[in-house]
Amino acid sequence: MENLNVYAAKLAPQQEFLSSGHRACQGCAELLAARLVAKTLGKDYIIANATGCLEIVTSSFPHTAWEVPWIHVAFENAAAVASGVEAGIKVLKRKGKYPVDRKITVVAQAGDGGTVDIGLQALSGALERGHDMVYICYDNEAYMNTGIQRSSSTPYGATTTTSPAGVADPLGQHTMKKNIVEIAAAHSIPYVATASPSYPFDLMQKIRKAADTPGPAYIHCFVPCPTGWRMAPNLAVSIGRIAVESKVFPLYEIENGEYKMTVTHKNHRPVIDYLKPQGRFRHLNEDNIAEIQRQVDKSYDKLLKKVKMSQEELD
Amino acid sequence: MTKKFNEKAWNEYDLGYMVSDAGCAAEYRTGDWRSQRPQTNKDKCIKCGVCYLVCPEGAIVLAADGTYDFDLEHCKGCGICEVECWTGCISMTEEGE
Amino acid sequence: MGKRVGIEVSLAISEAVKLANVDAVAAYPITPQTHIVEHLSELVAEGELDAAFIPVESEHSAMSVCAGTSAAGARTYTATSSQGLALMNEILFIIPALRLPVVMTIVNRSLSGPISIWNDHSDIMSVRDTGWIAIFAENGQESFDLTLMSFKIAEDHRVLLPISVNLDGFTLSHVIEPHEFLDQEEVDKFLPDYEPLVQLNPDKPVSLGTVGIPEIYTEAKKCIDETLIASEEVVKEVFAEFGEMFGRHYKVVESYRAEGAETLLMTMGSVSETAMEAIDKMRDQDNRSVGLVRLRLWRPFPVKDLRVEVAGAKTLAIIDRAVSPGGTGGPVAGEVRSALYSVEDAPYVASFIAGLGGRDITIDDFISVVDQAEKMAESNEIHQYKMIGVRE
Repeated sequence: MENLNVYAAKLAPQQEFLSSGHRACQGCAELLAARLVAKTLGKDYIIANATGCLEIVTSSFPHTAWEVPWIHVAFENAAAVASGVEAGIKVLKRKGKYPVDRKITVVAQAGDGGTVDIGLQALSGALERGHDMVYICYDNEAYMNTGIQRSSSTPYGATTTTSPAGVADPLGQHTMKKNIVEIAAAHSIPYVATASPSYPFDLMQKIRKAADTPGPAYIHCFVPCPTGWRMAPNLAVSIGRIAVESKVFPLYEIENGEYKMTVTHKNHRPVIDYLKPQGRFRHLNEDNIAEIQRQVDKSYDKLLKKVKMSQEELD
Repeated sequence: MTKKFNEKAWNEYDLGYMVSDAGCAAEYRTGDWRSQRPQTNKDKCIKCGVCYLVCPEGAIVLAADGTYDFDLEHCKGCGICEVECWTGCISMTEEGE
Repeated sequence: MGKRVGIEVSLAISEAVKLANVDAVAAYPITPQTHIVEHLSELVAEGELDAAFIPVESEHSAMSVCAGTSAAGARTYTATSSQGLALMNEILFIIPALRLPVVMTIVNRSLSGPISIWNDHSDIMSVRDTGWIAIFAENGQESFDLTLMSFKIAEDHRVLLPISVNLDGFTLSHVIEPHEFLDQEEVDKFLPDYEPLVQLNPDKPVSLGTVGIPEIYTEAKKCIDETLIASEEVVKEVFAEFGEMFGRHYKVVESYRAEGAETLLMTMGSVSETAMEAIDKMRDQDNRSVGLVRLRLWRPFPVKDLRVEVAGAKTLAIIDRAVSPGGTGGPVAGEVRSALYSVEDAPYVASFIAGLGGRDITIDDFISVVDQAEKMAESNEIHQYKMIGVRE
């Protein structure tokens, strides 16, 4: 837990807008993140959800865990459906068929599959068109809902059912995680941020900021999956914290192209602290782990350079 | 007598088979999945609310005295609350003990 | 009172969409639909139409955006052809399930491969089972009128299903024809505002598109089926109301000089006009007992009216403009044969495939079809289908 705001949990919005009774695995950080998003945005938001874990576990007919308007159409079009909802409400307000001063946040929710792979086109289109909406990608680093198959968001060295570590090919995922955060930022949208439910206040603040920023906002949310990552369910929040502390998933925001770290640590943990508790990395040897440390250090340094450049620009 | 959801005729459902009872998933007792359950030593509880905030089920609820209680109808026994608790006053015990 | 305008049919459709006071248009350009969306975009930019024009990045997103705008409560329109229709295929099945009354113009164009920008019905025939209402226009005036009527049919609370208006690419979309435009007042009297029953509204939060578990999936499909079947009544009502108000009468199955005809031709779309010329020639010059039946309503399939129109004929020669390779005939012929299967003394059905990929069907072709069909009926030839005009 962050050292600040120990008692601020009581100051968080108390009402739930995502109910219990959903069918997620025990210890699912994605549902935790979605619950925190729902708390932050309250009553006046509409969700366009892609097919995936979040959609399936919350909407098994005749039940719904959602206490806000919610629509699921297909797997790759959350951004497109959200664009439509946003444009529809905008034009209805303009034509006097909807109360003009009613602020409604339109949110697209999708997993890494529905964002970085099959959903990339729709995301790019929505961001380019500049719709006033928030796109939240819940990244558990594989196609979890269909049984832990790899996505282009699966990290280097992770074993999944379609990038398994075997005798002939012992690495697991060969490619590096696609940097969707940079892709989103390349659309020159006003607000991009990474977030984690292990840092709930950072997440909630970013959601609030994204919702209040006119135009498109993209939030990349890191959500550990105990089932898919092969680890104990009670570690879902702590492993997310270790990911930030070991520089694997830095928490930062890009506001109008200016980079800023939102959570920093004086000392970082070695990447092995992050890899060890997870069964999906168990096959890695010393060389692999050293390579991963090298990659993590390189990415983090690159990010720090951008943060420094932004600071200099703003001064 | 309202029909159960799997007993209605095809034209007795809402338009587009939409679900208009917001949050009705709470009817479903996910607590029945549990193999371990949380318990709090309330003397050590500092009422920080961290457990409440990090429960993926939203199954930790504010009690009248400012501490927190567990909604056992929905708690899946994941144990995140035990790990995240600041004072270590939450402990998971085997279900059925 | 409306004005008479000589204008390209595509643009007339855009004008109809404008008169319908549509709220949102999300479309991706594809030949030969482009003029429709270009003109709509122009109308919005010129301030003549107050709508959200969303220039999407693909047809799949076009239909997805339409799902969003319609679910928000906006009157929604789109247009596409061929490959675009194929690309949005998965979403097409979802729109009726969500009961969203999206109106779409399909400018019929041949499906690849090989790639062809020219006209046939393979695109509309490939989406038969999507649950959309589908109607066919034969000329510019019909395109204009049917577009206006589509909104009223789709948004009727007994229907709330999406609808496609089909017109032939290039041979109809790109020709300049005289149209009798209605004025805004008349249209406003005919077409009320859209009042959604399915809507995303924070004051009444609903979940749309939940998981169709096995316990209810069958019922959900039955619901779409029954609603689509029942929509035929609404189509007829709207046709009747339009006829009363504006003097142009439409039927779900149209006929031309079919009274007492021994041999009937059946067509859909703009080739019907050529077929009518062929019928005139055969009747007036050669005194042959021939007539034409045209299917205007394709889905829901107008079983009853079709049986009535073909009753008494000996031979029915159906022209299909799409082929189902390795199948039993053209899609229209297949459906008609099914519809007439249990009818006593049903006419002999001869199935012909013609006009693929923009190939013309001439008056002589129609005469040849009638000749062939009558011979086949005479000898009661067991026959699936023939492709006419192909070099062998």
